[in-house]
Amino acid sequence: MRELKILGVVVFFTVFTYIGVNTYAYSVMKPAVAPADFQFKDLPRNDKIGDASRGAEVFMNAGCIGCHGLESQGIPAPMNDADAAASFGVVPPDLSNAGLIFDSHFLAAVIKNPAKAMLNDHKFNESNPHPMPNFYGLGGDIDQELADIVAYLQSIAPEKVSDEQVYVDACMQCHSIKYTGLMSNKDPILMAKYMGSVPPDLSMFIRSRGADYLETFINNPQKHLAGTAMPRVGLTQAAQEQVVAYIEYAGDRKKDERESLGIKVLGFMIILTILAYLWKVKIWREVH
Amino acid sequence: MAQIKKANGIGDWFDQRLATKKLAKVMMTEYWIPKDINFLWAMGVVLVVMFKLLIISGIFLLMYYKPDAKLAFDSVNFTIMQEVEYGWLWRHIHAVAASFAFLVIYIHMFTAIYYGSYKNGREMIWISGMILFILFSTTAFTGYVLPWGQMSFWAAQVITNLFGGIPVVGDAVVTWIRGDFAVSDSTLTRFFMLHVFLLPLMIVFVIVIHFYSLRIPHVNNQEGADIDFDAEADKYLAGNKKESKVVPFWPVFLAKDFYVVCVTLVIFFFCVFFFYDFSLPGVNFEPANPMVTPKYIYPEWYFLWSYEVLRGFFFDIGPIKAMDIGLIAFAFANVIFVILPFLDRDPRVLPAHKRPRFKIWFWVLMFTMVILTIYGKLPPKGINNVIGFIASMTFITLFLIMPYITKKDAKGAK
Amino acid sequence: MAEKKSRRDFLGMAFGGFAAVGGIMSLGAMKASWDPLPSVQAAGFITVDLSPMKDGELQTIGWRGKPIFILKKTAEMKKNDNRDVVVGNEEYAVMIGLCTHLGCIPSWKPAKKIFHCACHGGDFDPSGTVLFGPPPRPLDIPPFSIDGTKLVLGEEGPEYKRLAAKAQG
Repeated sequence: MRELKILGVVVFFTVFTYIGVNTYAYSVMKPAVAPADFQFKDLPRNDKIGDASRGAEVFMNAGCIGCHGLESQGIPAPMNDADAAASFGVVPPDLSNAGLIFDSHFLAAVIKNPAKAMLNDHKFNESNPHPMPNFYGLGGDIDQELADIVAYLQSIAPEKVSDEQVYVDACMQCHSIKYTGLMSNKDPILMAKYMGSVPPDLSMFIRSRGADYLETFINNPQKHLAGTAMPRVGLTQAAQEQVVAYIEYAGDRKKDERESLGIKVLGFMIILTILAYLWKVKIWREVH
Repeated sequence: MAQIKKANGIGDWFDQRLATKKLAKVMMTEYWIPKDINFLWAMGVVLVVMFKLLIISGIFLLMYYKPDAKLAFDSVNFTIMQEVEYGWLWRHIHAVAASFAFLVIYIHMFTAIYYGSYKNGREMIWISGMILFILFSTTAFTGYVLPWGQMSFWAAQVITNLFGGIPVVGDAVVTWIRGDFAVSDSTLTRFFMLHVFLLPLMIVFVIVIHFYSLRIPHVNNQEGADIDFDAEADKYLAGNKKESKVVPFWPVFLAKDFYVVCVTLVIFFFCVFFFYDFSLPGVNFEPANPMVTPKYIYPEWYFLWSYEVLRGFFFDIGPIKAMDIGLIAFAFANVIFVILPFLDRDPRVLPAHKRPRFKIWFWVLMFTMVILTIYGKLPPKGINNVIGFIASMTFITLFLIMPYITKKDAKGAK
Repeated sequence: MAEKKSRRDFLGMAFGGFAAVGGIMSLGAMKASWDPLPSVQAAGFITVDLSPMKDGELQTIGWRGKPIFILKKTAEMKKNDNRDVVVGNEEYAVMIGLCTHLGCIPSWKPAKKIFHCACHGGDFDPSGTVLFGPPPRPLDIPPFSIDGTKLVLGEEGPEYKRLAAKAQG
């Protein structure tokens, strides 16, 4: 009985200290943010039903392929990466998978006003325009045209892409992951000029930031880092989970091994503890 | 020369040459421990197990770690964590065992304070133990620098800067410790040497002294009873095991220790596999960057209380600068525990619950330590500064009044 | 009393034995930590394109920390069915460039068309068989496989197995 009381005191002080230096301290240092919003509710809704074949025409006429490639449709990027980076600061992404990995409302909004949809309007304005110009329409109903472009991009997108491919399409414009050998092909000096600083390598982000942080951060970087130059890229929930899964693969690829071995080691230790207890009871029965 | 006869077995062969039977008696089967103890008496053996885990895991980390400012981070986070088979296991064991070792050290230490096991002949146990605490602290700190993450770098920066507070030669000492004007590759390589060689060597040496210092005054017991070990040992050997107040180290005492060790290891391995963030904080998975200080900077949890004593004094007093007061208080906090046996003016060895004033003193100290630890982590702003200051003052006051309190207890008993 | 003692021993032994099993299993993890890294193992396989090589040309490449001699044989050089590697219609000598005597690297003497080991004077013909000196056996052939005009070092292809069987037989 007395030993249990003592154990209670030890546990109390240990747990109290733990809660203080971890649970409480981190809640002060990293205040909770609103959960990720995959509806992108701050953007205007566009309820027009898009038509893919009209969208293809709009897409070609609107000048998209002046900068963007569409490899899956046999349209290569008009410039090589180095030239594109030199002229735009960043390489315009290939849009082959855009219809799958980006949210449709977001796509419509980002075509119309990139800086606003990407939450970069604190950085890009009339005197410093975003490298991707706003879309003012081809003369018809602009919302219909946007819906058509989105419908077109969705119609050509594959049904499924690998985690790595989502990462390449959504993140590798700026970020490298050297632990898997995916190096962003931009000149760091140009990158620093465009972004304000060299975007960090994401190899260990699963451990340095954690999956929870990444989930709200990728969905809306401004939530954690107000004023950051990192754009909101408008990934769907499924695509974002793939990105986080890829970052986890890069920085914590032994996770499954760790967890399955953990169960075995704990099982072993519990049996060993029971044996130790039985032996102790036997031995001490002789002296008590 | 001893009489060597033809051995009647391998045991006898060794016994004739190494006196192994005598050794086993002295070290194990006739090393007497009081029977009136609780699981807190097992912390020493738990610490030995933690130290072993640290050494074994450390060996495998050492095989792949590269002590070079350019290579260290990737050698840890890529090679060890992701390439080497079970490399992640050694790293997790190493990090979690360091935290566990400190937790157990603190339990061990406060057990000794509670039961008065630091005085009346047991001073050397206490002092060697506190030297071990300081050596473990230094080893933990130098080890924390090795992965060369953001917190590694900035911890090295801040802690080495502390020595700048030394009058006159401060700046020169800081440069000397770092081996450079800033924390750099040369700091990393010398900390590496300290962490993997010199400090562990010293720890092993002091552990031997710590164990040896226990032999003459013997282990204390729950009631502080003065036991005639020879008489009780005779009783035990005569077969009166139940009446005897002592038990042999092997197998009786260790049987209980092994059980406590096993329970600790269950919790330990749970933390290694599933609950490791507290000793592998995220911010250290970011590579060291001398140009950016992390938003919040704090030491590992086991240094927080003394760190808060350092930070607690945030205002100048007359001509003395806040930083200097903090440094003096910090130095005080780090040496005061060592001289504890000489601050206690009560000659009796008794548990705190039999010493009315000391009992209050003890629990106030415990809460002060916990408050200091928690506020050592919180950002230093607003009310946190005030609480930190009050806790620091309480800490210092507790040790200043200890001689009076213990003397009064002693008088009250007469 | 006797029964009591045996039961205590049984529990003590069960505890000790079970702990020992855990110790042995952890030795397995320790052994695995000593194994060559996956990146090292991957680097143990390298591919060499033989098509650009000219007749009589010798190419030395590093493989698993050892020099590998690849010599494209000319028509004058004696054929050696037991050692030559045939890729397409061309014959090559592929061997580890370490003298089988004590491990020095022999050098190619184009004038004499021999490999000469300066350490102890061993000579090998272009196929790697011993002509003179202390080497106990011809130069060793590394495991390889043939992929079109490419040679993959480290893989044991059928051609390698054939040569290895001949070397034994």
